[in-house]
Amino acid sequence: MSLPSELPPRQEIGVIGWVRKNLFSTWYNIVLTLVAAYLVVTSVGPLLNWVFLEATFTGETAADCSGEGACWLFIGQRLNFFIYGFYPDALQWRVDIMFGLLAVAFAPQFIERFPGRKWFGVFGLTGLPLIGYILIPGGWFGLEEVQSSRWGGLMLTLILAYVGILAALPIGTVLALGRRSEMPIIRGLCVVFIEVWRAVPLITVLFMASVMLPLFLPDGVNFEKLMRALIGIILWQSAYMAEVIRGGLQAIPKGQYEAASALGLGYWRKTGLVVLPQALTMVIPGIVNTFISLFKDTTLVLIIGLFDILGAVQSTITDPAWRNVTTEGYVFVAFCFWVFCFGMSRYSQNLERKLDTGHKS
Amino acid sequence: MTEQTIAQTPEDTRTSPVQSAKHADRTVIKVADMHKWYGTFHVLKGLNLDVKEGERIVICGPSGSGKSTFIRCINRLEEHQRGQIIVDNVELTDDLKQIDTVRKEVGMVFQHFNLFPHLTVLENCCLAPLWVRKVPKREAEASAMEYLERVKIPEQANKYPGQLSGGQQQRVAIARALCMKPKIMLFDEPTSALDPEMIKEVLDVMIELAGSGMTMICVTHEMGFAKTVADRVIFMDEGEIVEVAPPEEFFTNPQEARTQQFLKQILHH
Repeated sequence: MSLPSELPPRQEIGVIGWVRKNLFSTWYNIVLTLVAAYLVVTSVGPLLNWVFLEATFTGETAADCSGEGACWLFIGQRLNFFIYGFYPDALQWRVDIMFGLLAVAFAPQFIERFPGRKWFGVFGLTGLPLIGYILIPGGWFGLEEVQSSRWGGLMLTLILAYVGILAALPIGTVLALGRRSEMPIIRGLCVVFIEVWRAVPLITVLFMASVMLPLFLPDGVNFEKLMRALIGIILWQSAYMAEVIRGGLQAIPKGQYEAASALGLGYWRKTGLVVLPQALTMVIPGIVNTFISLFKDTTLVLIIGLFDILGAVQSTITDPAWRNVTTEGYVFVAFCFWVFCFGMSRYSQNLERKLDTGHKS
Repeated sequence: MTEQTIAQTPEDTRTSPVQSAKHADRTVIKVADMHKWYGTFHVLKGLNLDVKEGERIVICGPSGSGKSTFIRCINRLEEHQRGQIIVDNVELTDDLKQIDTVRKEVGMVFQHFNLFPHLTVLENCCLAPLWVRKVPKREAEASAMEYLERVKIPEQANKYPGQLSGGQQQRVAIARALCMKPKIMLFDEPTSALDPEMIKEVLDVMIELAGSGMTMICVTHEMGFAKTVADRVIFMDEGEIVEVAPPEEFFTNPQEARTQQFLKQILHH
């Protein structure tokens, strides 16, 4: 007869057990707990006061911001500029549609049981950019054209990051495969591309794209500044992405290639069906890390005169009509970035869990 | 295949000497004066071998003798540098088309299973039929389930390889290879990475397969298996084929000194 299972000793479980074990187990643990508790209590109060209790949310002008707390009124008054830049008021519905579609495509990705969520994701990666390409600049189907120099704010940040991410992943994958190719010319080209682009700071790339490139182009040939910046971002980001993905490719055991070959799968099927699915899954944390870092790096377009969300806020906080709203402005920008980056991070963890089949061959 | 035949076939094949399926006198693998080097190291030194359709061959020999390299040359996972390998009337050269043709007809089972961990058992089995043979999905799945039943593991079809034991994984690997309906099966030490209690379940499947008339080349140290199913046993040492003989002769009356010594070492216990 086997021994019956017993309950664990009482002190080990429950809230009290947890507190004893984690907060008050030794004398220095007790000291640390007390100090930390003191810091939390003294800082949370004033923070809450500033952010919520004494903050001003309603009103019309700077004069309404009289309290000790944050002047969120300023953000509210300028929100239109922070989100759309100089995009004409009457046409902002076009941008709103894109925000709506973005939400429709990606919100289901966070809900495990959402029916057909895969197709929403596929739409987000294919249909969404296509619609954006038609809708936002206009000039087609009777839509009034809006020059890219009038785009700005959060909308511009999202466009830069979205296009950069969307294009860099496939290009980076191709570069990574090329770098591991057995054909010396292809391998050489990929190595040169990656090493050149990766060795240059993004700020230099943007500068080259906006200032130097036009000098080399023949007369009459000219892209818009935004397009030049985008191409620069994509190429630069692809080089980074390639190295992340190469890390995944190298982690695939030789046996996987051999098994696929032995079954008669050729190079492309072997790569597409066996190697890449495993390699990409393995480097999801690295890929998302690169995405997040690109998302934040888009703020650098400020130096070539594009007003992303940080640029928009920065140009407004110096407005003499509002006194001392610097902190509010930057906190708002930080919050916007945090929301998107945290979203990406959560999604990637979600994806990792889903794709984990509990086995590394 | 019915429940009964599944259960009985391995038993039958072990108790009675295996009746070789009528060997159509057709040579399916022809290896002539084949050499291979790793850099300057001469691994395979002029191998010659003709395998008839339906023949079961066991290759044994000390580690480093080149036996794995040899069978890996037969589906060109390794390249040979001199001599000829002709598989099912197709010569293995640099021509990728020819290599693909050969690989379609030659199944391989590896020491470390090499299942695709991101796919379920069923998906592992259907992958090549779907993409290489272009079989419709429903048909591929039905045929995969048949083979999974044959290796006695149909209930695991929707699990991932990581959730199976080593013996189960290796049986899935055998089913995966069979799903391509190959003419020839290569086994590269299929039981060497298994815990002792799992070796039998894999050998049973292989014995059943041998009874069905499949052409098999098997690198293994399982001498019991060799005695039961092999038509010929090949002993390799230092990149050469030292001795080829039917199992009765090979085990009772080996001709070469190196074979005698090898057998003495492995049958010592």
